[in-house]
Amino acid sequence: MTDKALTIETVCKDRGKTRVLSDISLTLEPGQRVALLGHNGAGKSTLIKSILGLTPIQAGTIRIGTAAPGSAQARRDTAYLPEAVSFHPALTGREQLTLFAKLSGTNADVPALLDRVGLGDAMDRRIGAYSKGMRQRLGLAQVLLGQPKLALLDEPTSGLDPISRQDLYAIIDELAAQGTAVLIASHALTEVEARTDRIAIMRKGRMVADDTLANLSALAGLPIRLRVRARANADALAAELGGNRINGASVELLCSPADKMQALRRIAGLGDAVADVEMTPPKLEDLCRHYAQEALQ
Amino acid sequence: MTRFLAITRTEMLILRRNRWLLVATLIMVLFALALTFAGSAPTGTLGVDMLTVSVASMTTLSVYLAPLLALMISFDAIAGDVDRGSLSLLLSYPAGRGEILLGKFTAHLAALAFAMTVGFGTAGAVAAWFGGAGADSLFALGRLIVTSILLGAVFLALGYLLSALARGATAAAGLSAGLWLVFVVLYDLGLLGAVVMDKGGVFTQSVFPWVMVANPADAFRLWNIAATEGVAMASGMTGAAQALPAWAAPASLLVWPILGFALARLAFRRVEP
Repeated sequence: MTDKALTIETVCKDRGKTRVLSDISLTLEPGQRVALLGHNGAGKSTLIKSILGLTPIQAGTIRIGTAAPGSAQARRDTAYLPEAVSFHPALTGREQLTLFAKLSGTNADVPALLDRVGLGDAMDRRIGAYSKGMRQRLGLAQVLLGQPKLALLDEPTSGLDPISRQDLYAIIDELAAQGTAVLIASHALTEVEARTDRIAIMRKGRMVADDTLANLSALAGLPIRLRVRARANADALAAELGGNRINGASVELLCSPADKMQALRRIAGLGDAVADVEMTPPKLEDLCRHYAQEALQ
Repeated sequence: MTRFLAITRTEMLILRRNRWLLVATLIMVLFALALTFAGSAPTGTLGVDMLTVSVASMTTLSVYLAPLLALMISFDAIAGDVDRGSLSLLLSYPAGRGEILLGKFTAHLAALAFAMTVGFGTAGAVAAWFGGAGADSLFALGRLIVTSILLGAVFLALGYLLSALARGATAAAGLSAGLWLVFVVLYDLGLLGAVVMDKGGVFTQSVFPWVMVANPADAFRLWNIAATEGVAMASGMTGAAQALPAWAAPASLLVWPILGFALARLAFRRVEP
């Protein structure tokens, strides 16, 4: 069990009379990137704060490596990016990061790290003058301090423009490559889709799914959407393939993942009648909705 | 153990950057100088040097200003970080809560000590230059500075306590104002009322001095006034001091910072960012 970066077993937490975390189990291997999805109030941030030992749990166990949450060892091994992080406005980025480096006990190259997240020009300006995206970058820079075993990122993409998001993904990959397990809490579904090794979905304090994207899709049995564009006669094509004509020239049909290749072969067999085929696997958004509704029943 | 020093260094930087240190020192210098010159009139009649009178005036000033300046920095110490969302991040680092609090306390106390020393020191130097000073009055000035820093330490710690208990920095600021009013103004008024009601009975004779010295602000006043005959004469307040053993006021002023810090530490432990 010691080779796991994070072990969460049957964790329950009550806040007053409401159960905010119920029977949560989750493990992260070193170098694994896991997306933790769910609506606002699903319990993502509460789970992260439990892992950090900032809030007590009523049942179950959490281990960071082998250390208990909040222990000195666990805090040394964990990096954290809070949701919508903010710092003291009177300090500069360099001063703030230097403090974090000293607290974590690492001899990090602070200017290089700030350069890495794109704050090289702004490192001696006050944080009070930073934009939301720049504060988020500063938050990311402190995650990179001292090779953590586990990184917990709470809504890391909030406030970032699309280009910065690309940088963020590069940083997450870099962390994973050095063996850090990365847990990314997010409600923005499509962004993390292709970028993580596993996806865990929470709803109302319960873990309703925890698997790879491919397995989750297979398990959900959500159909793959094939859009076939006819060269001449869409009606004939629709009759041949058995799908719906959706505009003047295209036919749309749904098939299960298992039937995908067979459908493609049939379309290929039609030869010149088909001008183009577009294949859309089920979106994470559809999947999430599927699992969230399943939990409702 | 170097971690709390990292916090201290950062807090010092913040105090310098947001001009708190400059403003607090200026306030101290201006008030102390104004009191020294305004209070120099009775020098001749009492037969003491100007510095002695100046120290007596500045003691009264410090009772109000030291707690106020201390609370002005400390109310934000925990609640402000909670509001900004940076406390959860700070607590995810290896520094413990005690280290964080100690780091802030060290920085804030150093800043207060700087403002007090420069403020009272300037006024004392001016008084000594114009009106002369003896070994006694110089000693009284030194004691005033040290006890003012102690009084500041009490209210720094109590400010952290409120900052940990309050929901948000605004609430903490309000509570701090209330705390200042109670300790510095209302407590004495209440005691005065009790003494008047009691008409020199058992309460006035034996209980009142102890209740009085239990308040750090009054302990500060008693310590400075009782210790020097000249100062006591200049301030005309010797009765209460004579009813107490000499150690009472120093003990109160030394125990309060430790007690306050321990309470703040306990309250901070329960803060869930």
